[in-house]
Amino acid sequence: MKMPSWIRVERRPAPSALTVLTVSLGAVVLALLVAGLFFKAYGVSPLRAYGFILKGAFGSRLGLTETIRRMIPLLVIGVGLVVAFRALFWNIGAQGQLLMGAVAATGIALFSGIPDLLLIPAMFIGGFFAGALWGIGPAYLKVKLGINDVITTLMLNYVAISIVEWLVYGPWKGITQRGFPRTDRFPDAAILPTIASTRIHWPTLAIGLTAALVLFVVLKKTRVGFEIRVVGENPHAAQYSGISQTKITILAMVISGGLAGIAGVGEVAGIHYLLQNPLSISLSYGFTAIIVAWLARRNPLAVILTSFLFGVLMRGGDVIKVSLGLPFELVDVFNGLILFFLIGSEIFIRYRVRFGVRREAA
Amino acid sequence: MTSENNVPLAVQLSGIVKRFPGVIANDGVNLIVRRGEIHCLLGENGAGKTTLMRILYGLYQPDEGEISLHGKIVRITSPKAALAHRIGMVHQHFHLVPTLSVEENIVLGLSEGTGPFLQLKKTRKKIHQLAEGYGLEVNPGAKVWQLTVGQQQRVEILKALYRNADILIMDEPTSVLTPQEVDALFGTLRTLVEAGLTVIFITHKLDEVMEVSHRVTVLQKGKAVATVNTQESSKAELARLMVGREVVFRVEKPKAVLGERILDVAGIHASNDRGLPALRGVSFELYGGEILGVAGVSGNGQHELSEVLTGMRRATKGRAMLEAHDLTDCSARKIADLGVAHVPTERIRVGTVPAMSVRENLILKSYRSPDFCKWSILNEKAAYENACRAMKEYEISAPHDGTAVGNLSGGNIQRLVLARELCGSPKFVVAAHPTYGLDVGATEQVRKVLLEQRSRGAGILLISEDLEEILQLSDRVLVLYEGQIMGVVNPAEVSLEEIGLMMAGTHRQEVLA
Repeated sequence: MKMPSWIRVERRPAPSALTVLTVSLGAVVLALLVAGLFFKAYGVSPLRAYGFILKGAFGSRLGLTETIRRMIPLLVIGVGLVVAFRALFWNIGAQGQLLMGAVAATGIALFSGIPDLLLIPAMFIGGFFAGALWGIGPAYLKVKLGINDVITTLMLNYVAISIVEWLVYGPWKGITQRGFPRTDRFPDAAILPTIASTRIHWPTLAIGLTAALVLFVVLKKTRVGFEIRVVGENPHAAQYSGISQTKITILAMVISGGLAGIAGVGEVAGIHYLLQNPLSISLSYGFTAIIVAWLARRNPLAVILTSFLFGVLMRGGDVIKVSLGLPFELVDVFNGLILFFLIGSEIFIRYRVRFGVRREAA
Repeated sequence: MTSENNVPLAVQLSGIVKRFPGVIANDGVNLIVRRGEIHCLLGENGAGKTTLMRILYGLYQPDEGEISLHGKIVRITSPKAALAHRIGMVHQHFHLVPTLSVEENIVLGLSEGTGPFLQLKKTRKKIHQLAEGYGLEVNPGAKVWQLTVGQQQRVEILKALYRNADILIMDEPTSVLTPQEVDALFGTLRTLVEAGLTVIFITHKLDEVMEVSHRVTVLQKGKAVATVNTQESSKAELARLMVGREVVFRVEKPKAVLGERILDVAGIHASNDRGLPALRGVSFELYGGEILGVAGVSGNGQHELSEVLTGMRRATKGRAMLEAHDLTDCSARKIADLGVAHVPTERIRVGTVPAMSVRENLILKSYRSPDFCKWSILNEKAAYENACRAMKEYEISAPHDGTAVGNLSGGNIQRLVLARELCGSPKFVVAAHPTYGLDVGATEQVRKVLLEQRSRGAGILLISEDLEEILQLSDRVLVLYEGQIMGVVNPAEVSLEEIGLMMAGTHRQEVLA
């Protein structure tokens, strides 16, 4: 296609924060507009539907707390994914890492015999390592053998799902559950405290917020953060300056997988109090968090905002199901559209369109 | 020049000028290619060979000048138009789809037959005819990713022939081939011209010119300096034509004050990225206070040598002792810590992180030192002060220390690399193509800086394709050919013919004999 000479597309030297914010917001707004067509198709006015979603998310104490409950796993996973993405590792396996964290927490809660006081810390630590372990494998395969990280992390999700299913149908099936495929309920000492009568399990939220802050500082101010950025921006320069790509990639995946594992601990110990069908444990949090991290544009602090936004959307799914009788899965349509427009909008961050005839440079 | 007038001409380029921002790639080039000959375009990297052929193939439009084909003036606006004029080009890097089969690649983009279906049966027959006729054996059903590089090149040639090309441009076709594949290729080219086609062959290898071409045009800094009949010329004459040029600037070079021997390289062997031998027993020593130039046509092991000495590539044999340390056993980080500076060949792809700031790029090698990092926390104030100092001292012109390096000009990026590499008073400096692609001012400054390091007592290994630069700056010159040293010469005493012959693969003893 030939463009008229008075329209030019040129590389943006260095996109400002404002540009990034505007373009990202634009992408989200466009996605919501297009999603409106789906409401229309169900015979519901988009405005009415969005009104319900906003009211459902912010209109009541219950709404707001449920939004935050949805936000917690997205925040914890999203912060970790930002680190992996900064190191140029495409971790699509947070869903599996979350489940492995949940498995570890369940094992510790039900079978470890650790004293009550140490039980919850042990579950978090165990969950972190289980998730990290699930992430290290693909990292190692990528740096040593050049195996595609997207494929390995994605496929390990299904392995994790199968492990959980096997456990709840098989060896870990609860005696008290009358044949249902779930484990026994956790002992009280293994259940996370919540804020008053809400489902906000605050220890997980605190971990997420702390991780966002700490990793923001780590990436910006520390030696290892510098190394992660160099590896992510230019692996050749990393090799040239003596930074070990192996070490950095594995470290990034320990953080990313470990945090996803912690999200899994939060879900079983803070919401379900047992391990069950993988789809009930994680409503595709691991995948939604990819969009959360992407929208945050590689900034751990921004994940706090973007995970809240997606908390609103997920809460919106509950609301439209109850109030309008629409399927919860419409949320997935939202998510898909937002990611679609976000990736599409990248080009507007890297390039700009100029009008007018170019003056020849001397 | 006897029969010049009665031979039909295939291509005639007159007064071709092509400018790119900051450089003139072709400066009034005239080129005459006769029908049915293999015509070599010889010149060093950056001489403008590829640009000229891209103009003929319609990829670039000339700023000035005319193209005639078979005696008629034409305008070639695109590769499609070039193909319509029966010009085909085989690029240095192939344009094939690895997951498709050979025949699918060959018909890709053609709209023959009717309807949306490929007529593979007819295609296959035609491919068979072409392949058999010209010795281009390849299985039409094989997927391209399964083929060797030599076979892929045959597919590219078949692609051009399938489109009825009668003028075939080959851009450095041998750079990726094994010696056997080169022989096969030359056989094919001879068959092609016997069948009446015309071949234009871009190269910088003198041996190939002598072996395969009928005539050769030598390009130098964007100008065609001579066209000669290959049989009436010699390697020595061609070498002189290729490298001999007027001196652009002279640098003041104080007399060398040799220090201690700092580097002892013995019997280094190493492979290139494709696993083929690139260095085959390289040995030399380097003293403090001298510049040892490494001359050679590109791709003869210079790049691998610089990487082996800086820990970016493992040697398969041999050692390189820097005082008590064997560099072939050390990591890149260890070598940098030992006081070795490395100005890499690709300053943007390897030497910097373009998305990061000037300030951060300036501490890329030293961010771990106590000056810039305490308790694992980077000291931003120290990095800022370091940036201010370096920008002033090396005249790096950037809006401020936070500017992304990718936004700087090539000259400023190179100044930044030098500022970073030379800040710790290194004992040993590996400078690979330090002035490649830089403008006059930046070139001069880089050379000045290297000479300052020499006066300070550093030992410098200068790798460059710019022979003039090597001869001007070096105290001794080592000539590499196919991973072996052809000899070490004194630049003040060597003639261009001698060095040209050594670059073409003749040992020094034989040159002198």
